[in-house]
Parts: sequence; C-alpha cells; structure tokens
Amino acid sequence: MNFRQTLTHGFWRDLPPFRLVLGLCPALAVTAAAENGLGMGLAVTFVLIFSNMFISLLRRVIPDKVRIASFIVVIATLVVLVELVMKAYFFPLSQQLGIYIPLIVVNCIILGRAEAFASRNPVHLSMADGLSVGLGFTMSLTLVGSIREILGAGTWFGLAVFSEGFEAFSFMVKAPGAFLCLGLMLGLMNAWSRRRGEIFIQT
Amino acid sequence: MDMLLLAIGAIFVNNILLAQYLGNCPFCGVSKKLSTALGMGAAVTFVAVVASMLTWAVYHYLLAPQGLEYLKTLVFILVIAALVQFAEIFIKKQSKVLYDSLGIFLPLITTNCAVMGIALLNIKHGFGFVQTVVFSAASAAGFALAILLFACVRERLFISPVPSAMRGTAIALVTAGVMSLAFMGFTGMTN
Repeated sequence: MNFRQTLTHGFWRDLPPFRLVLGLCPALAVTAAAENGLGMGLAVTFVLIFSNMFISLLRRVIPDKVRIASFIVVIATLVVLVELVMKAYFFPLSQQLGIYIPLIVVNCIILGRAEAFASRNPVHLSMADGLSVGLGFTMSLTLVGSIREILGAGTWFGLAVFSEGFEAFSFMVKAPGAFLCLGLMLGLMNAWSRRRGEIFIQT
Repeated sequence: MDMLLLAIGAIFVNNILLAQYLGNCPFCGVSKKLSTALGMGAAVTFVAVVASMLTWAVYHYLLAPQGLEYLKTLVFILVIAALVQFAEIFIKKQSKVLYDSLGIFLPLITTNCAVMGIALLNIKHGFGFVQTVVFSAASAAGFALAILLFACVRERLFISPVPSAMRGTAIALVTAGVMSLAFMGFTGMTN
C-alpha cells in the first residue's frame, strides 16, 4: 500500500468495527450517547497512532516469540497515559466511560493493527495507518452513538432534537438497542457493498 | 444471603455479556458450535476466577500500599497474560484431555475483555476477597450461560433462510439483541 491508500483505507475499506469485525465491546458499550462515542473514538485513535509508532520503531528489536507480550506492554503504557490525562482534563467524560477506558488495552483493533501492520511497515506508514483506522473507528462510534441517542433519548450531543411530544424509545439506549443497532447497520453496509460489487469480509 | 444476591445479580441482572457488553469478540467468534462454546465458557470461567484472585491480591497488597493505583491497568494485563501462559503449560502437563478441549481457546483469553473487565469491576466495587471470588465466579458463569444459549440459537440459525446481507455477524448481533432483551426481564430480581 502507498501512503495515500494507507491514510484512507480506514474510512471505508477496513472501517472498524464494521469491516474489520474487531473492537465490538467499546462500540456497543459506550455508544449510548454521541459524545461518549466521540470521546472513546478519540482515545482509541491516540493510543493507535502512538502504539503503531513505537511498535514500528521497535520492530527489529522485539524478538518474534515474545512480540504479543511486548505489544501489550506498549499499548498498556499508552492506555495508562490516556486514563490519567482524561481524569485530569475531561473528568465527567472519564466518569461516563468508566472501566471501558482501561479496557482499551484489550481492544482487539489495536493489537490487530500492531500485528498486521506496524510490525512490518516503516514508521510514517504505521502512524498513517493508526490515524486512518482510529478516525474510522471514531466516525463509526459517533454515528452509532448519534443514532442511539437521537432515537433513545431524543437528543444529539445533549441538545434536544424533537419537540416536547416525542416519546423516546428508551430501549435504544439500553443494551438490546446497542446489539440491534449495530447488527442492522452491519446488514445495511453489507447490502451496500454488495451493490457496489465489493466482496464480503465476514462470513 | 448477600452472597447469593451478589451471585444472582452477576449471572442474570448484570450479565457480563448481555448487559455489560464485555467479551463480545469470542461471543461472536466461537459461538457457532455448542461444543466450542462450552470449551470457551469453561476456559474463561477458570481464568477469570484465578485472575481475579491474583489481581485482587496484587492491587491490595502491592499497588495500594505504594500509592501506585494508577498502574493497575498495566499490571493487571501482565498478570493475566502470565497467568494464561502458565495455565496453558500446567494444563498441558497435567491433563491431556482438558488441554485438547481448551487448547486453542486459552491463548485467546489474554485479550478477552471479560476477564480484564471482571478484575477491574472487583476493584471498582471495592469488594473483599470472598466477595471477589463469588462475584468473578458468578460473572464468568453468566458469560458461559450466555455463550451456551447463544450457540444453541446459532446452530438453529445456520439452517434458517437469512437474507444474504444479514448473514454472519449481522444476524448474530441482532440475535444477541433479542437475547439481551430477554435478560432485561431479570432486572427486578435483585431490588
């Protein structure tokens, strides 16, 4: 892949969590509101860019046998950083996201990109890949969050969308709504990619 | 009585998979057959209980006295990774049968957010040691229950006429939504 392709592949071709079915847990858990989705997405993007950078820099140093453990140490260090920064500067958001911030460590997208891309590509490409996949993830999370918040609470980023009479379906902001919303969106994306003649990724 | 309430709450009301959204990757990945779902459920239960006990001890006797609570994410994931590696070697040596049935799932558990999530929830709720053991065993049992039920549904789903765009992960997620809706019926149980 050249630089330009690397920078854009996360927006559609490998869009997480839909096209790469990785990182479902945060996509389901924090998307009850658009703002939380955006915050989570940006946190993941930050970790992804720098974990890709460090792993790419260290790719000739890390022995093959212990690479997964080494990747996890790099990722965990960055996540601790994000956790502390969020607590210091975005306290309400960090309370909202709760244990899902430390759980970025076990987000499979980050380990997946480290293994599939950063461990075999030069630094500038790896950082571009992290940026692209991270922003793609942020986009998806914000979109899912918007749909769920608008239907489930009648608001968007906390602002009222409908008039007083709107009866919100609170089902959408609870757990079942998350699964249903993500499932239907995945179905729509599959139908759309098939119309464009692309191949299915999941089986 | 409190312990019973804690256990029922963790299995049904706050089911780790269907209400807390943890451990979805194996939930969608290895729930296509009942036998593999059983293996995954057993492996997660074992690792989650031992990992919770270890991380609880590490947090309360090592990190908290030194004022290093903020390092818990980093330390916990290392404990879990080491434990999984150790469990793999130990089970391989002790029981060939168990190793063959769990074998492939063990390494996957390192990045299973249910295990890490249970360890973090124990700390967040400020549980004592006994509560930690009960809570993690019950949460893991809830995971096993959900993944087993889901595997049964998916085996049936496999022979159903599903629209082509919804096949695979899409219909799995919608099914999980319906199951989650059913589990919401337990909400009143612990109040």
